[in-house]
Amino acid sequence: MGSYQEANARERLQQLFDPNSFEEFLPPSQRVVSPHLGQLNAPVAFDDGVAVGRAKLGGITVYTAAQEGGFMGGAVGEVHGAKLVGLLRRAVRDHVAAVVLLVESGGVRLHEANAGLIAVSEVMRALLDVRAAGIPVVVLVGGSNGAFGGMGIVSRCANVVVMSEEGRLAMSGPEVIETASGVEEFDSRDRALVWRTNGGKHRYLMGDCQRIVADDIAAFREAAREALAALAGHQAELTLETLEAEQQMLDERITRFGALPDPVDIWSAMHIADAANIPMLDVDSFIAAAGQHRLGV
Amino acid sequence: MSWNTLQQNRAARLQRARAALGNELDGKSLPAARIADLLHAALECGDRVCLEGNNQKQADFLGHALANLDPARINNLHMLQSVLALPEHLDVFERGVASRLDFSFSGPQAVRVARLASAGKLNIGAIHTYLELFSRYFIDLPPRVCLIAAEAADRHGNLYTGPNTEDTPAIVEATAFKQGIVIVQVNRIVDTVPRVDVPGDWVDFVVQSPRPYYIEPLFTRDPAQISEIQVLMAMMAIKGIYAEYGVQRLNHGIGFDTAAIELLLPTYAESLGLRGKIGKHWALNPHPALIPAIEAGFVQSVHSFGSELGMEDYIHARPDVFAIGPDGTMRSNRAMCQAAGHYACDMFIGSTLQIDLQGNSSTATAGRISGFGGASNMGADARGRRHASPAWLKAGEQARAGRNTIPRGQKLVVQMVETFREHMQPAFVEKLDAWELMEQAKMAIPPVMIYGDDVSHILTEEGIANLLMCRTDEEREQAIRGVAGYTPVGLARDKRMVENLRDRGIIQRAEDLGIDKRMATRDLLAARNMKDLVRASGGLYQPPKRFRNW
Amino acid sequence: METLNYRFEQGTQRLKAAPHVVGVVGSGNLEVLIEPADLGGACTIEITTAAVGFGPIWEAVMRDFHQRWLLADTRISINDMGATPAVVSLRMDQAVQTMLGGS
Repeated sequence: MGSYQEANARERLQQLFDPNSFEEFLPPSQRVVSPHLGQLNAPVAFDDGVAVGRAKLGGITVYTAAQEGGFMGGAVGEVHGAKLVGLLRRAVRDHVAAVVLLVESGGVRLHEANAGLIAVSEVMRALLDVRAAGIPVVVLVGGSNGAFGGMGIVSRCANVVVMSEEGRLAMSGPEVIETASGVEEFDSRDRALVWRTNGGKHRYLMGDCQRIVADDIAAFREAAREALAALAGHQAELTLETLEAEQQMLDERITRFGALPDPVDIWSAMHIADAANIPMLDVDSFIAAAGQHRLGV
Repeated sequence: MSWNTLQQNRAARLQRARAALGNELDGKSLPAARIADLLHAALECGDRVCLEGNNQKQADFLGHALANLDPARINNLHMLQSVLALPEHLDVFERGVASRLDFSFSGPQAVRVARLASAGKLNIGAIHTYLELFSRYFIDLPPRVCLIAAEAADRHGNLYTGPNTEDTPAIVEATAFKQGIVIVQVNRIVDTVPRVDVPGDWVDFVVQSPRPYYIEPLFTRDPAQISEIQVLMAMMAIKGIYAEYGVQRLNHGIGFDTAAIELLLPTYAESLGLRGKIGKHWALNPHPALIPAIEAGFVQSVHSFGSELGMEDYIHARPDVFAIGPDGTMRSNRAMCQAAGHYACDMFIGSTLQIDLQGNSSTATAGRISGFGGASNMGADARGRRHASPAWLKAGEQARAGRNTIPRGQKLVVQMVETFREHMQPAFVEKLDAWELMEQAKMAIPPVMIYGDDVSHILTEEGIANLLMCRTDEEREQAIRGVAGYTPVGLARDKRMVENLRDRGIIQRAEDLGIDKRMATRDLLAARNMKDLVRASGGLYQPPKRFRNW
Repeated sequence: METLNYRFEQGTQRLKAAPHVVGVVGSGNLEVLIEPADLGGACTIEITTAAVGFGPIWEAVMRDFHQRWLLADTRISINDMGATPAVVSLRMDQAVQTMLGGS
């Protein structure tokens, strides 16, 4: 059993895809590093914190990127963002079967300020272009840094998001919310609350992710394969209909649950039995207990 | 000549207290709101007062009340306390209610202790080990008043101290049997206590505190924070020392290094065929990190100094292993467990901050007066021991072979430390910071946690130095330098001497022990995060909130 | 940041595998990029480190590393964020072992 959370980006690529199938574009030996960090007296990484390339998933060739949460929290700088954008554009050019993104990121790399901001917005556009070209995009979120900020938004632009309960998906970070709105609004040091709110289980029930798995690389692999198989033969493109359905789901969500203070209250309101015990359940028990109540597709 | 001054004084105090409380005193019980009145009446200036600042349990309600007394009425108290853990433990000095202190450990408050001491508001009698302090309660430092914490009391004042009994028995006995006053805060008052840990005859006043007394989860370590280097060192400890000496009875000092060893027993030690051969009997708090080893059948018994928050249900479900009473719940006893560490354990292994060229080990740093806690008890060769065990005999033989001296055994005392600490601070130094602290705080001798005389092995990521086998001061110094890695102390080694020591087996590197460093990964840990520990316990372990993200 | 460069001769072991990176540039950690290179038989090591002023220690660690492996025609490049010598040696050994086909 290989923990997805414990593994670094390269280990995830090695163990998730078919053995020895990962071929890297712009590998570390090419030393395409950040042009900004040196000026700030900060260390660089040879791959600027993301490995991109081509791999096989159950024999199917996909393009993939894995963000390294250990380097600057996986935050997106100019080069990091350009690698992601380049990968996504190349996916369109090469008519690849699918794109699988292993997201672990705090969002924009503040050290690189505008370059980082622009990079993230370009990634969003490029991802939607991939979908518009009929290529499905699957995002995996299971690292200890979660998918926050602009990369949280990027993740939700995908066709399918797969999460473990250890993974977190959100826009604003907990500390930011607490600083802006006070500890009563969100106590960022209450880790159970943070994971209850941003973690895989709640996201699954709220419809923000479509699959939930155990913290296991093999489980993520299976879920990615299954998701791609389910997406085959369906439109990958983001259509007006899909957007409108999403908006409706969001409306319903706010109406039904907007006034409730805690995810446990939401789960009770969803008529999930023994809501307070949800965080204790393993993945299979959780899906059995709550799966039929979840929102979204 | 009056021979019963203590009895008379006690009677006077009780009289004053009854008068102050009037009909709000119900038997022994008083309302929480009247605590200040009780203390003003029952205390006298200059009293020796023992407050339960234990390692874990804190009589926080009483400590807070004490710190907020009127210094014009009560002052110059002489505090006797195991641990200074809470801010109010120093407020009492800041405000002039207390002026003198004898204690054992002050980790969380160490900086403030140093500041108040140098400002003259806190006069330190001495820093002690736990057992030493308790012993003095019976000789020259009897408490006049003790302020303790218990789970429950009945109407007669019988107390149930439960799993977190800790220091209470020693404190109460010493106080009651010198005509002192015993005041206790309890979480609840009941008709019948589950069992009687302290007889009501010894108890004078009971107050139910507004909130349950505070317990610090001191011994919980999140496996997610254990590094590969710590895994490597744990492997060396298990193979190079536990297996080598056949260590069946032991104590682990607090820390991630020892947590790594605990988590390697069901995996690495199991693979070496060591189940049943090491680690059967423990003087140890209920470490969550020990759960996998217990479940795997390594651990036969654990007797504890205190309890550990979150472990209650697990302990309750493992009565063969833990110190469970006739009532079905655990009791701990710091004094007895410290004594057990001295005489009934064959090995202590723990970490430290600094080691010098003689093997003296200290956690003292300038600007902080932190004391030693229990390490000095556990990490000492008990000269009074007589019964033999294979490990004790082997260590004693190694230390005495070739010397013209009567044979005896010796306790294994292992200091385990990475050569560099955070911010590249070397752990090995020519001169301990303890000397500087001695100057600063005007102590008689530098505060050393474990003396080099008692250290049998030093274990770093570079290997194990067996000091038992050294025959000269020079050999000892070079053995230490030989495992001090790239610190200035390590780089200044005599290369030839160190190689010679290695040839003789006095220094052993991982390769010499047959350890493949590539195996030293976190995958070897039986549990890699808090959830794994909960799963290993079958869901019985309930980690405190700060350790959970669920 | 500080950059340190070392060059060792008299190595005998050449690595045939493709360039490889081990480790992550996080606090207390480092990444090691190891590549075969035409260096006239030498092994060069370039370290860029956030921990300034530890030159002598780096030199001792690199010297011992070279003694262990005696690499030739190998270029090693390191981005370090305050790793202790223990972690540095561990990663460098891991890098070589991966190139030699181990774990």
